[in-house]
Amino acid sequence: MPEKTADKVELPEATGAASEATAPEAGTPASAKARSLWSDAWHDLRRNPLFLISAVLIVLLIVMAAAPSLFTSASPRDADLAKHYLQPPNWGHFFAPDWFGYDGQGRSIYARVIYGARASILVGVGVTLAVTVLGTLVGMVAGYFGGLVDTLLSRVTDIFMGIPYLLGALVILTTFAERKVWVVILAMAFLGWTTIARVARGAVVTIKQADYVVAAKALGASTTRVLLRHILPNALAPIIVVATIALGGYIAAEATLSFLGVGLAEPTVSWGVDVSAGRQQLRNAPYVLIVPSVMVSVTVLSFLMFGDAVRNALDPKLR
Amino acid sequence: MGRYVARRLLQMIPVFLGSTFLIFMMMYVLPGDPVRALMGEQAYDPTVVENIRHDLGLDRPWWWQYGHYLGGLFQGDFGTEIASKREVADIIADAFPVTIRLTLFAFVFMVVVGIGLGVVAGLRPDSVRDRGLLTLTLVLISMPSFVLGYLMQYIFAFQLQMITPTVQDSESFGDLFLPAIVLGSLSLAYVARLTRTSMAENLRADYMRTAVAKGLPRRRVVGVHLMRNSLIPVVTFLGTDIGNLMTGAIVTEGIFNVQGVGNAIFEALTRREGATVVGIASLIVIVYLFTSLLVDLLYAVLDPRIRYA
Repeated sequence: MPEKTADKVELPEATGAASEATAPEAGTPASAKARSLWSDAWHDLRRNPLFLISAVLIVLLIVMAAAPSLFTSASPRDADLAKHYLQPPNWGHFFAPDWFGYDGQGRSIYARVIYGARASILVGVGVTLAVTVLGTLVGMVAGYFGGLVDTLLSRVTDIFMGIPYLLGALVILTTFAERKVWVVILAMAFLGWTTIARVARGAVVTIKQADYVVAAKALGASTTRVLLRHILPNALAPIIVVATIALGGYIAAEATLSFLGVGLAEPTVSWGVDVSAGRQQLRNAPYVLIVPSVMVSVTVLSFLMFGDAVRNALDPKLR
Repeated sequence: MGRYVARRLLQMIPVFLGSTFLIFMMMYVLPGDPVRALMGEQAYDPTVVENIRHDLGLDRPWWWQYGHYLGGLFQGDFGTEIASKREVADIIADAFPVTIRLTLFAFVFMVVVGIGLGVVAGLRPDSVRDRGLLTLTLVLISMPSFVLGYLMQYIFAFQLQMITPTVQDSESFGDLFLPAIVLGSLSLAYVARLTRTSMAENLRADYMRTAVAKGLPRRRVVGVHLMRNSLIPVVTFLGTDIGNLMTGAIVTEGIFNVQGVGNAIFEALTRREGATVVGIASLIVIVYLFTSLLVDLLYAVLDPRIRYA
């Protein structure tokens, strides 16, 4: 019985790690029709309307980020106070510079929200990639080697988790006088890798006892080979689930930080900065604040729907 | 149980020291000198600045400063602000109750409404109301709190003129109503979704069939058997979320001008008052650590299979 109780103590930690209700066992392929987990997931995704809508929106946003001049001829930095100061939107003028009106500096709001996509997407994708790589690395090493390494790495993870995210990011980012996109990415990744590390650790701990891992070791495979070829591919599903869902959150976090004045800053065009600038005119010209706000929300929404769909497809428990 | 709590409390010490050390170091490497800021725009005597820096211990190496700070902290001394000469403990005593009130308000709101909505939807998975809830919460989650905050401010203060745009009295519950809703709404959406998913999953569990087959009244089946099991992931989330709520208050308090911790920490950051930032952050870390311990103990209450040795 003491054995059993010891096991149960671990339970809260395991559920805490996968607080998004994902199971570490997601890596086991349920191949009734001899399909791998991935092709099975793809089969599901293609039929999911939410996935299709979000995928279209995301592709649109990526094109916007890559080639904003396809969408507007106006420049986001052209400021003509004399002509355009707080000129209200012309909702009928689709895709024209005055579609969403002009802001307090006489700049076209439409051009600014189009150009703002780049910063948001870059930060969102950048932080997600960095966090996934770092978190997977830490989690895999901790879970595979166990013992002292695990204890140490887990405590470090706890420490980073103990720091409130927004507060930590605020403190780090005030350190930098010039906040370029990569600075924001690094600062956010520095604090954000903990969830993925915990999920990866949990997955690796279960997987390393699997027969195929024992077999690979018995056949003389090196530690690197066991980790990369046998454990990583099977631990990947829960990690990807957490990462895709987190992406939307990172975009929202970047906008929040920029809004607070410690994220991206002029001359980088960013939705958060524009929302922050728009609050002075909230009473008289609400569209200055509302248009970039809507853009942030729609972007976050698309990535969330995307993540949700991916989770549903990859997590056999939810079928 | 007692031994488990003791072990957990011991484990908290390195985590607490580590987190405060990290925040302390971040503040330490911050450029900008609070003493020079004290001098303002005027010409100043460098030796005067040096003397003040020496008196405050700012010319010492980082490890001395950290040790000194910790030593003070263990004697209940949070330090003093450089510019205002105010005790940090004083600032905290002013700001913390406001934020705690705001956070508790938001917490109660999100627990009651979130779990309520989740139960309503989770009992009928894939029904119209379930899909409605999923869509509504998805929209809520995708709105960063500053977007929701300004939207509410615009609608209720400028359009309907039901409230003043900013909070006049940070002590009054009526004034904190809207900020609390804005602060709690993101977590509310998560709570509703977690409850809903967990209930929908557990509806198919064997013990549910047994409970129904035993002829228990529906109220007991849902209220005791289903709820108790379904709330476990929700409780996990709630515990870890209190810390997030307190820092999320930085944004909400800024929008509605609530004189709480968020405002205090933001001000201290711009004025480079390290002691204030680290002090407030340490308190938030402590709140976070204790709530996560509380959550783990709650597991044992909710799930009799879990016993702490």
